[in-house]
Amino acid sequence: MAADERSARAPLAGGGPLVDAHAHFFHSRCGRSDWQAPNESRLAAGERIGITVHIASVLGSWGHTSPIYFPSPRDVSMGNDEMLSIQAREPGRVRCYATVNPNDTAHALEEIARCAERGAIGIKLAASRRADDPLLDPIAELAARLGLPVLHHIWQHRTREWPNQEISDGVDLGRLAARHPRTHFILAHIGGGGDYRHTFPAVEDLPNVHLDISGSGVDRGMLDDALRAVGAERLIWGCDITMETGLAKLWALEVIGLADDQMAAVRWRNAARIFPEGSLPGIAAGAAAHDAAQDAATTASTAAP
Amino acid sequence: MTIDANVFIGQYPFRYLPHPDPDVLVRVLEREGVEGAWVGHLPSAFYRDPYAGNDALFAALDPHAGRLHPVPAIHPGWPGWERYLREALRRGAVAIRAYPPQWGMGPHAGAMADLARACGDDGVPLVLTTRFEDPRQRHALDGAGDLSGAAIRAIARADARVRVLVTSAGRGLVEEVHWGLTPSERSRVWWDISWIWGPPSDDLAHLLRSVGADRFVYGSGWPLRLTQTPRANLALLPDDVIGLELASVANLQHESNTSN
Repeated sequence: MAADERSARAPLAGGGPLVDAHAHFFHSRCGRSDWQAPNESRLAAGERIGITVHIASVLGSWGHTSPIYFPSPRDVSMGNDEMLSIQAREPGRVRCYATVNPNDTAHALEEIARCAERGAIGIKLAASRRADDPLLDPIAELAARLGLPVLHHIWQHRTREWPNQEISDGVDLGRLAARHPRTHFILAHIGGGGDYRHTFPAVEDLPNVHLDISGSGVDRGMLDDALRAVGAERLIWGCDITMETGLAKLWALEVIGLADDQMAAVRWRNAARIFPEGSLPGIAAGAAAHDAAQDAATTASTAAP
Repeated sequence: MTIDANVFIGQYPFRYLPHPDPDVLVRVLEREGVEGAWVGHLPSAFYRDPYAGNDALFAALDPHAGRLHPVPAIHPGWPGWERYLREALRRGAVAIRAYPPQWGMGPHAGAMADLARACGDDGVPLVLTTRFEDPRQRHALDGAGDLSGAAIRAIARADARVRVLVTSAGRGLVEEVHWGLTPSERSRVWWDISWIWGPPSDDLAHLLRSVGADRFVYGSGWPLRLTQTPRANLALLPDDVIGLELASVANLQHESNTSN
């Protein structure tokens, strides 16, 4: 099948806007010669799925010149520059997070301001420092001032330390979120490893914590439990590094029987609400077209005998 | 005809599974456009003696004969296992499941090779499970670990009639085993696609190109995992491999050496 034939087919995830709030790209200084292949694959798969916007981050040099989860200031800036370049090359479908390492607090704050000035629409925190550490407070405060959500890498239930990362879980992030009620936090990848059922009660009473459903994990029951804990209004769709699991979860949400407005909330509305207004390309137009189609369908069905 | 070769019924000891029942499974298969399934009994993997689980499996699947095909478990370290194997085949088993890590059997367990040979003689494949859950979420009591490549290679080498289906393996294990066997040995090993990543790493596409589509069968891991995942994975394959036909589970069976 020709590529243009495939892209002309209906999106696999159905019509309407779709925001992937947890994506990554590689670059020429990340130490792998095939770095372009996964980037191209992500965009091609995004077209087939029907992703309107990929909101993505680069974690420094991806371990090439400093550790993935403990990137040096130089690599943090270099990675953000690469991510901003990708956004500039793909203005219609890519937006970026500013990734920072809170251990270099001054650099982190300068980097957030620098990247926001150049068009970053969120902040990415990985596993450089425990989420409830006071070092993260000035970052959370700056995020609130700039109106940027914070996507925080989470290990669902931290039962031990793992090498090369200082992992946080839902309880850790919950403490930070409770200290900063004006900041929106995206708790990363409930399917990204660990016990997600530990996460849900840790954050269900924190309205500024949103759950991103990305990750390779596709456990049956995970989405049902997440919906019960925080409702569709606090779930945010994403893929991370396995896009087929992202698509499968969308199909599973349809089977669970979410109402149209709940599906729209998970697909794009929740993201549009917490990212800066107007920062997501194609969302306003896509939403208007989708709403018009829904209205027409409703009118037709109510007019039918 | 698509058959889901990696399906169970019954509960899992380390987390609650919603509705792991045959009636629900039939509806799920209909929804997914899958004509049938090879079905194991999940609790049996954790029984010291799995044979009571086999009785439960046959009884539960009986109303759905022709659609849900029983894959009972045989523990080759248990006295009389040969008799239980004959009984399972007489009752309609299409394959036999075994769980070496959960039963404390290492890569060089002679009993596992004996079971593989016996299955080969009877023309049915041996189904092995790499993992039930992501290693990052396992219960403190779940210390069995993943099935190793060494164990799979040892079973595949046990006899020229042995046929093995390995479920829930990722790219690393597939490649370790496939390229660690002779062409003849690897022609008797199949894999399900339930735990192989799609884009952007495109592990499944890579394996279809390098190892070959004829080595893979459709599988989901239900009721532990979403059934939509393999369908999504196949739909997102790149142009050069999309539409390649996976192996039919019928390929895994062969003429019996013995009469049942």
